[in-house]
Amino acid sequence: MDFQIPENLRMMQETIRRFVTRELEPISQQVEQEDHIPEDIVQKMRELGLFGLSIPEEYGGLGLGTLGEILVYEELSKTNACFRSRIGTNNGIGSMGILFDGTEDQKRYYLPKIASGEWTACFALSEPEAGSDAANVQTTAERHGSYFIINGLKHFITNADVADVATVITVTDKQKRARGGITAFVIEKGTPGFYRGTIERKMGLRGSHTAELIFDNCRVPVDNIIGGEPMIGQGFKTAMRVLDKGRLTMGACALGASQKLLDLCIDYSKERVQFGKPICKHQSVQNMLADMATEIYAARQMLYHAAWLRDQGKKVIKEASMVKLFCTEMACRVADKAVQIFGGMGYMKEMPVERFYRDLRLYRIFEGTSEIQRLVIARELTKE
Amino acid sequence: MNIIVCLKQVPDTETQIKIAPDGKSIVEDDIKWIMNPYDEFGVEEALRIKEKFGGEVTVVGLGPKRVTEAIRTALAMGADKGILITDDALEGSDSLATAKALTAAIKDLDYDIIFTGQRGIDDDLGLVGASVAEFLGIPHIALGIKVEIADDQSSVKVHRPVEGQTLVIESPLPVLITAQKGLNEPRYASLPGIMKAKKKPLEEKSLADLGVDASEFGEAARKLKIIELTPPPERKAGKIIEGETPQEKAAELAKLLHEEAKVL
Repeated sequence: MDFQIPENLRMMQETIRRFVTRELEPISQQVEQEDHIPEDIVQKMRELGLFGLSIPEEYGGLGLGTLGEILVYEELSKTNACFRSRIGTNNGIGSMGILFDGTEDQKRYYLPKIASGEWTACFALSEPEAGSDAANVQTTAERHGSYFIINGLKHFITNADVADVATVITVTDKQKRARGGITAFVIEKGTPGFYRGTIERKMGLRGSHTAELIFDNCRVPVDNIIGGEPMIGQGFKTAMRVLDKGRLTMGACALGASQKLLDLCIDYSKERVQFGKPICKHQSVQNMLADMATEIYAARQMLYHAAWLRDQGKKVIKEASMVKLFCTEMACRVADKAVQIFGGMGYMKEMPVERFYRDLRLYRIFEGTSEIQRLVIARELTKE
Repeated sequence: MNIIVCLKQVPDTETQIKIAPDGKSIVEDDIKWIMNPYDEFGVEEALRIKEKFGGEVTVVGLGPKRVTEAIRTALAMGADKGILITDDALEGSDSLATAKALTAAIKDLDYDIIFTGQRGIDDDLGLVGASVAEFLGIPHIALGIKVEIADDQSSVKVHRPVEGQTLVIESPLPVLITAQKGLNEPRYASLPGIMKAKKKPLEEKSLADLGVDASEFGEAARKLKIIELTPPPERKAGKIIEGETPQEKAAELAKLLHEEAKVL
């Protein structure tokens, strides 16, 4: 057994740590208030290479393995979550469909632009009638010769407000649905009949936006199907592969945020004096700190192990779901304790704890709810 | 324009330093090691000069294997190749011996400028830069905060701060310049840079490879002996100024500054 993180990945952790401390953390509260990441910061994120973590080198990315990618996410999640969210779609759900199932031409055309961050990519699956029940999408794509006409409404689409290109999941055969009736398209901003709808008002993740995408007789050629003609009806598999991959990264985000909260709590509990001594000397607070640290330790080990397994070429369907489930639920428990340790201050907007508490609540919902993760785990456990 | 940067690996400024049981060294177990921040200014300046005039940047480090990480960081920032001088016989060397070993590694390389940090943030001696220049027989300009290369690339003007003024020193090349804070704002090692650094050449050299006599190095050859290390005295607790209104507090503060601290 070797638990050493390779030297180049440690260097990456260090770079992200410095970037977070110097560039992101100082403006994290400002970004929260203004609900907007300044463009010069996005530019610095591009220069650092943050938009192309997992895209292979031949398509302009870094070609990081799973471990490398999750280590970057973990560090980047120790500040306002919107920064991670800004790069999240390019590295994950917005690009992976094209990478996994796209034609060579599609990969060569889109991936370098996404990897450099010149373009922002998003992933349009969710609809009012299709959340966890992803196969129930109502957005239709009807064939007319060498074109498809797309109609429907997507919502909760992360980075839709800044996206230049979207992976769009549609139904092409309502009878077949998940079994051959779902098709994935890649559609660029500015395509006639493709509009951005309302930007949604959320509980947290300010600075990162989700919006509706509207398709009103949007006409796209067959070439825009991810993987081309042979992939008509195969889009559900594409969507599931994309989501599968994201589970470990979501675990890493929850872990990074949890670690940050623990660090904040340790510092605060040493300084805050009540009943004549720092509150870290009170057993009730000690219990909370100990539980937080123990859960974080467990989460980190399972995350790194699952990442390592995946880098060994092993299938990690069950493990990835376990990681997403445990890390995100753990993070919410940690955030709850953090608010408690900070007491009244933990409920105040001046403190980042309040922000983490709201932001982390989303992690149990997006990219597969906790309930869906349990379903996946149980299915894997009991399959014949 | 070929540039060499000498770099040292030092404990992170945030590391809590503990004195080892021998009373003469520090406990190295939990230390996080970083590139000496003054050397980082040197790396950045070298890269900027290279970007303007072309050429190659070579970083030279000395110490145990872990120093590789500091060299790789410089490579990830954009330096072209690295040399690590590593040898058990170097353990415990003083600044003079360090300068000798660096000189041996540098002397046959092709260089126009050598940068070192103005001092290491651990020992705070500031001897290595000047000593290397002396051994190589080239000019030495200390504490550079601005470096201007002449258009014909034959000379350099270096600004150095002196008591609120700036001294501008001109020197022919080759020259050794020690980097001071304010010279530049070092870049991050970008993620693509880190990936590329893996493939850049990093050579390891022992004292034998450098053709020097091992007996001139290490603990036994020290000209400076460390007798004892002591931790700084514990800081006394601060004083909280009491008072109902800002005016009262200000009056109390002024009184204390005058009577207790005697600074007013």
